[in-house]
Amino acid sequence: MKSYALFLGCTIPARQPNYEISARKSLEKLGIELVDLDNMTCCAPPPLRSIDLKTSLALAAYNICLAEEADLDIVTLCTGCFESLAMTNSLLRDNMKLREEINGILSAVGKEFKGVKEVKHYLQVLVNDVGLTRLKREVLKPLDNLKVAAFSGCHLIRPSKYLKFDDPERPRIYDSLIEVLGAKSIWYRNKLRCCGGLLRGYADDIALAIARDKIVNAVSAGAECIATLCPFCFLTLDLGQMLIKSTYKEEYNLPIIHYAELLSLSLGVDPKELALEIHKIKIDKVLEKIGW
Amino acid sequence: MSTIRFMEEIRRRYGGETIALCYQCGTCTGSCPVSKTSDRYNPREIIRLALLDNRQEVLYGDAIWLCASCYNCQERCPQGVEIAEIIFTLRNLAIREGKIPKLYEEFANNLVASGRLAPISKFLEKKRAEYGLPPMKPVDIEAVNKIFSATGFLELFSRSKGEKS
Repeated sequence: MKSYALFLGCTIPARQPNYEISARKSLEKLGIELVDLDNMTCCAPPPLRSIDLKTSLALAAYNICLAEEADLDIVTLCTGCFESLAMTNSLLRDNMKLREEINGILSAVGKEFKGVKEVKHYLQVLVNDVGLTRLKREVLKPLDNLKVAAFSGCHLIRPSKYLKFDDPERPRIYDSLIEVLGAKSIWYRNKLRCCGGLLRGYADDIALAIARDKIVNAVSAGAECIATLCPFCFLTLDLGQMLIKSTYKEEYNLPIIHYAELLSLSLGVDPKELALEIHKIKIDKVLEKIGW
Repeated sequence: MSTIRFMEEIRRRYGGETIALCYQCGTCTGSCPVSKTSDRYNPREIIRLALLDNRQEVLYGDAIWLCASCYNCQERCPQGVEIAEIIFTLRNLAIREGKIPKLYEEFANNLVASGRLAPISKFLEKKRAEYGLPPMKPVDIEAVNKIFSATGFLELFSRSKGEKS
């Protein structure tokens, strides 16, 4: 059994039990042990980078040090956490001068970044540790050609120079993981474009316009749901449809479902265990289609 | 006025090193979801203004805060200009001059107080238990603040607050 330090981040444990429960249940069902380490702090996402880039590197490196001390690779759920930690891991492994500077800061708390552990997104664990062949065998309730608009969010694939997750213009890994569950990953316009989520709270009008585009493009392509990996994309598109309704007087009712939820459902986890009431846009139609 | 050119000031900072490579092709703006939606944001124009030494306009304007950090521009730039990082560098400089949007100030406050974006309340812990989720692991807030102190973050943050009030 492969073990990982689970990096939960801030948003998922505070606001999205549907994500945390489904991820824990599905990964554990597939034989992945998740270890909750003490003292993990904020991943150092774009808002912190906006205030001070060096502080963000030091904070991300501190989290990686905790995993190094526990002799575990890190697995993240949130793509934002993945980006912050994987980018820092890559930068500090390759740039010794920068590493020395950050280690100088970390010496204040008795830590030293060594660069000996991997930072992975849970999709990489599914593809590389579990494998598509075994995953296909484990599916008890295939998703019955459900038309899924795959939306990985930006920070799973970009900047690819540091993240090295997939081809940044023609990614395939996420779509393969959707299709192995028996769903259809459909093409839709501007599939790889941002949801606008990080502008919420600063320029709400622009953020909502970008989110609306994403919903409209998915609906126009016949999607029965959008599958997300990032808690901010989820909020932006799920709660966002309430705001689209009040601002644009348009109603789409397009279910937004985390991939981990689809995975759990296909592995036979009872929907009653998944805190699905968190969804603002109800997902009953999807449940019905896949026979729950 | 600064004695060194703004472009030099940017490229000497971590994150800003690649700015001088820009040849203004506009691939960034053509790839930008925000530029497609609003004329308030144009990354090529921000870089141009910076290269032409318009420090005030860049740092005190609204535009640098409208990047959604999606990295599409950086991914596609044929010159390898790390545009998203340059935008972070410009924000870092603006904040050093006391210009910090409220959103970021709240973010920093939460981080200093709890080591998290959002503190975990007793109510939330109760909800987590009801869902069968394990209790949240502690954050070593003292260590986090030592890091913030060593990087100058705490000082920077109190200074930007002080100048505003």
